[in-house]
Amino acid sequence: MNCEECGKRPATLHLTKIVNGEKTEYHICEQCAHEKGDVFTGFHNFSINNLLSGLLKFDPMQKNGRETATNKPLQCETCGLTYTQFSKSGRFGCSDCYTFLGDRLDPLFRRIHGNTQHSGKVPERTGGKLKIRKELEQLKQALQSHVASEEFEKAAEMRDRIRALEQKMAQS
Amino acid sequence: MSQKQFMQNPWSNWMKGEGPDSDIVISTRLRIARNLRQHPFPLLATDSQGEEVVRKVTEVSDSEAMRKRHQLQVIHMDQINPLEKRVLVEKHLVSPHLAEESRKGAVLLREDESVSIMVNEEDHIRIQVLLPGFRLNEAWEIGTKIDDIFEKNLNYAFDETRGYLTSCPTNVGTGIRASVMLHLPALVMTQQISRILQAINQVGLVVRGIYGEGSEALGNLFQLSNQVTLGMSESDILSNLYGVARQIIEQERVARTYLLEHTRVSLEDRIFRSFGILMYARTVESKEAAQRLSDVRLGIDLGIIPNVSPLVLNELLVTTQPGFLQHHAGQKLTPDQRDERRARLIRERLRVVDSQE
Ligand SMILES: [Zn+2]
Ligand SMILES: [Zn+2]
Repeated sequence: MNCEECGKRPATLHLTKIVNGEKTEYHICEQCAHEKGDVFTGFHNFSINNLLSGLLKFDPMQKNGRETATNKPLQCETCGLTYTQFSKSGRFGCSDCYTFLGDRLDPLFRRIHGNTQHSGKVPERTGGKLKIRKELEQLKQALQSHVASEEFEKAAEMRDRIRALEQKMAQS
Repeated sequence: MSQKQFMQNPWSNWMKGEGPDSDIVISTRLRIARNLRQHPFPLLATDSQGEEVVRKVTEVSDSEAMRKRHQLQVIHMDQINPLEKRVLVEKHLVSPHLAEESRKGAVLLREDESVSIMVNEEDHIRIQVLLPGFRLNEAWEIGTKIDDIFEKNLNYAFDETRGYLTSCPTNVGTGIRASVMLHLPALVMTQQISRILQAINQVGLVVRGIYGEGSEALGNLFQLSNQVTLGMSESDILSNLYGVARQIIEQERVARTYLLEHTRVSLEDRIFRSFGILMYARTVESKEAAQRLSDVRLGIDLGIIPNVSPLVLNELLVTTQPGFLQHHAGQKLTPDQRDERRARLIRERLRVVDSQE
């Protein structure tokens, strides 16, 4: 099947968009998907980077990050990726790109995930203090619930574990 | 297992058809994306930077901690031919991207093929666990332990706010994509599927056809997976997916019972027609094969077709793919030749089973 937009290239993206129960199918090529990124801005259901780039094109933050002759281009110091490149490809170049893009990523993450903050697994070694902090939070909650249900032996156990962790935290 | 055996053996652990709800859930897949700090992501990396990552990752896979749990064999993508790559893709062990586009890509495979770790796909490390049946928690247990071993030995790119940092913003946070492959013929036949797909879209999950070839599902197989990776914990993601899949499974069962009770004759007719065609046809296109195999599978699950193991169908779904057919033939085949070989292969498999029992 050929692309519905240009009619020339073969359609490689087949998308089904359902709005209020009405189903619309799109059969388009990568290139047209890229150009027509905005058509799909309402999409949250496809992790296709062409669509991401559509999202980025309408990112109001991009105006502030516009590269001018007087302004140094916004660029990751580690891998050299510029904001413009990122908004075209929808991919980061290295893990430091997250730092250089910083808060500018929030609207994008909110649109993809409905969220901007990680709340899952934390690596043992590189996660360091965060891991301990999370454990502490959990222990404190457990302590409270044991106190509330008058399970004092268990509560005491929680208290000791909290102390031990707090010491570990202070040392590191 | 040698590299050759990985290519020739049609069987992967995930096709064994065991496990909970295996009449509807063909397989469970979990993928964990991880990256190394201070290395450019694979899309930007030079060949030598890519090699460095492969070296670091294989070092860990050779470590004692890993070998105690998993015997992993390394296959470098630039050392196998295009047909062999295609076979790995058709067995769901590597992604099309790793097979075709990545430079310095490699995969670490466990012998039973339930674990495959892609190196230098879009991310440095992608741990994949693939199990038969509906087993999300088990897949996570296996995957997270492998993740822990890598993490002890490598510097992961992790950020307190954003979580695990990935090449694509759609994977950041937990980096996990969990999915179940569902066989839903009765929901398709009763035309309830679009209503269900619509509901799924509203709860942060996605559905795709099995080979990602667009919105049309091949052989009534649908892959249901999580979309959100940031801001939800792994257990929330998994239980969300579990809950929705559970409901779909129940609805498929209800639809199957309904079809049996209300349209038994036409259902049997459809199933036996498909069975007959597969038993006798001399040429079958892949799309038709997938649809007919789906009918036969439904017939087996409902007890309408006795004496055929559902496992044959899991196997045929893989071995009738173009790459596998050509690899088996040992040569490139035209589409017509493939259709002929596909028909022969299916005939032989169904007949062998029929006469065995
Ligand atoms: Zn086009
Ligand atoms: Zn960078």
